[in-house]
Amino acid sequence: MSNVAASPELLIPKQSFANDLRTIKVVWQRDLIRFWADKPRIFGSVGQPFLYFFVLGTGMSTIVPQTHGISLRTFLFPGVLSLSVMFTCFLSAGSIVTDREFGFMRVMLVAPVRRGAIVVGKCLGGATVGVFQGSLLLAIAGLAHIPYDPILMVTLLGELVLLSFMLTAIGVLVAVQVRRMQSFMAIMQLSAAPMYFMSGALFPLDGLPAWLAVLNRLDPLSYAVDPMRRAVMGRLGVPVAGLTWGGARLPLSVELGVVIAIALMAAWCSTERFERMN
Amino acid sequence: MVFVPDPRTVDVAADRGLWRSDSSAAISVRRLAKHFAQLEAVRGIDFEVRCGETFGFLGPNGAGKSTTINILCTLTEPSSGSAQVAGFDVVRERAEVRRHIGLVFQDTTIDDYLSAEQNLRFHAEVYALPAAVVPGRMRQLLEMVGLWERRNALVRTFSGGMKRRLEIARGLLHSPRVLFLDEPTIGLDPQTRSSVWDYIARLKRNEATTIFLTTHYMDEAERCDRIAIIDAGRIVALGTPESLKRHVGEDVVQVRTADDDAAMTALVRIFRVEPSRSHGSIRFSVPDGERFVPRLCAELGVQILTVSVMRPSLDDVFLAFTGKAIRDTDSSTPQTSRAPSPLSG
Repeated sequence: MSNVAASPELLIPKQSFANDLRTIKVVWQRDLIRFWADKPRIFGSVGQPFLYFFVLGTGMSTIVPQTHGISLRTFLFPGVLSLSVMFTCFLSAGSIVTDREFGFMRVMLVAPVRRGAIVVGKCLGGATVGVFQGSLLLAIAGLAHIPYDPILMVTLLGELVLLSFMLTAIGVLVAVQVRRMQSFMAIMQLSAAPMYFMSGALFPLDGLPAWLAVLNRLDPLSYAVDPMRRAVMGRLGVPVAGLTWGGARLPLSVELGVVIAIALMAAWCSTERFERMN
Repeated sequence: MVFVPDPRTVDVAADRGLWRSDSSAAISVRRLAKHFAQLEAVRGIDFEVRCGETFGFLGPNGAGKSTTINILCTLTEPSSGSAQVAGFDVVRERAEVRRHIGLVFQDTTIDDYLSAEQNLRFHAEVYALPAAVVPGRMRQLLEMVGLWERRNALVRTFSGGMKRRLEIARGLLHSPRVLFLDEPTIGLDPQTRSSVWDYIARLKRNEATTIFLTTHYMDEAERCDRIAIIDAGRIVALGTPESLKRHVGEDVVQVRTADDDAAMTALVRIFRVEPSRSHGSIRFSVPDGERFVPRLCAELGVQILTVSVMRPSLDDVFLAFTGKAIRDTDSSTPQTSRAPSPLSG
């Protein structure tokens, strides 16, 4: 019988930044492999955006064919984009709950890795899947009369990344609080609909009643939808009312800054919660 | 095949003052307690596990086994008291503890949509094992658990026993000082159980790993160097299986002789025991049966046909200390009826 390991010393080096990166990579990679192994999920994630696009866009166009002088389908495009990304990201984040109940996450929690690295890896994994799904919609943007302008596409793609990252981070924040998948789904269903409807994904932001305007400003999703609409409308040269604070139009940088800040805050809170988990 | 550490790992080892020399215990637990809102799960326990020891942790469900393991693995913070694993405090030096332990959970935590090798590779990355040592180490462990041929197969296609073996291999990949096995053979068929135990025995020989395990199976507890029995949050017994058995009851000696009447008389007169006759043999109890038999043969003066010595089993030990059979599901509902005494059968 050979000597299996004549290594009295431990092989594991101390925690380092390189180690954090490796952890992020493992968590991220695993999420993608899992996504790829789950064929029904791929099918759903490919089909779902098209469903939203055609049903939402087409169905509502029959009531209101045009707004701001453009087709409703064009106006709704950023909203459809965020809707399809939202469910994907939340679902991705939810795997933390099942992982903790049944497997991988429990192993990770006893491993010598920083909790923050696990959270970041998870957010990146969800964001990647979300962006993948969003890109499918971008590919059919032409059907919504949106020109395939490279600058516009790159802008939308970049904003998609931020949107997906933020949504996954919010999902992760919920996922680390609960123990059961059912609780997670219940919370997400309860919050996803209001979050979506208040975000202005489906309506222009001018002339809202005061209460809705307030709710809209409090909704994190608003700050991700508006930049995308701004990009599309800007390219088409159609002026559309956007997000305002106290009557002043928010600059793009502030909107994106809010998205990033919310994402980081959610990731940080999740990490804290992870650290103190009993 | 001999494992040769990568030279770089030596450098790594040098700066880390691993494995503190001032403590010879692999695990040391002092007045450890944990209460949850409604429940005192662990009520102040003390024990030490020596390096290289296989230590069995037994108890009915709900007795505090899992809570204790979770504390030792840094997953739960104790309410009071302290615990050190591999010389590091489980609260203040969590990161160090995590680097020195391996854990095999009760239920499978292997990703079944990955191959066996992918699972181990991810684990190696998470533990930042030097890339140069990973392939060799993986091969050794996969060969040890008999899964080398199946390394590229998806874990989904594995049987329960194969998954468990892969999990043990994964727990060992980073050469942990202390390996925690939470019910390592639960749900496995007897054949697989015994092969898992073969691996554990081999580990002990080859890896110098301290093993801390929980089990429901008494025959498995017998294989431990020492066992602790926990009940309702307290350790009620701790010692080698032998010493615990001795503590619980005397050995029963059963003899068949050429002349039972003479033997009965002689037993009372010479050895001062209380023999009884049943089914053509004589039985009596003595503190240490194995030492008693040579004396018996030498001094009885009656021809002996057969002798057998029966030790109380660990089941009896468990029953004696906890008042319930090991498979009872809930420690909060103690069972009053006791199993038949070992001495009667």
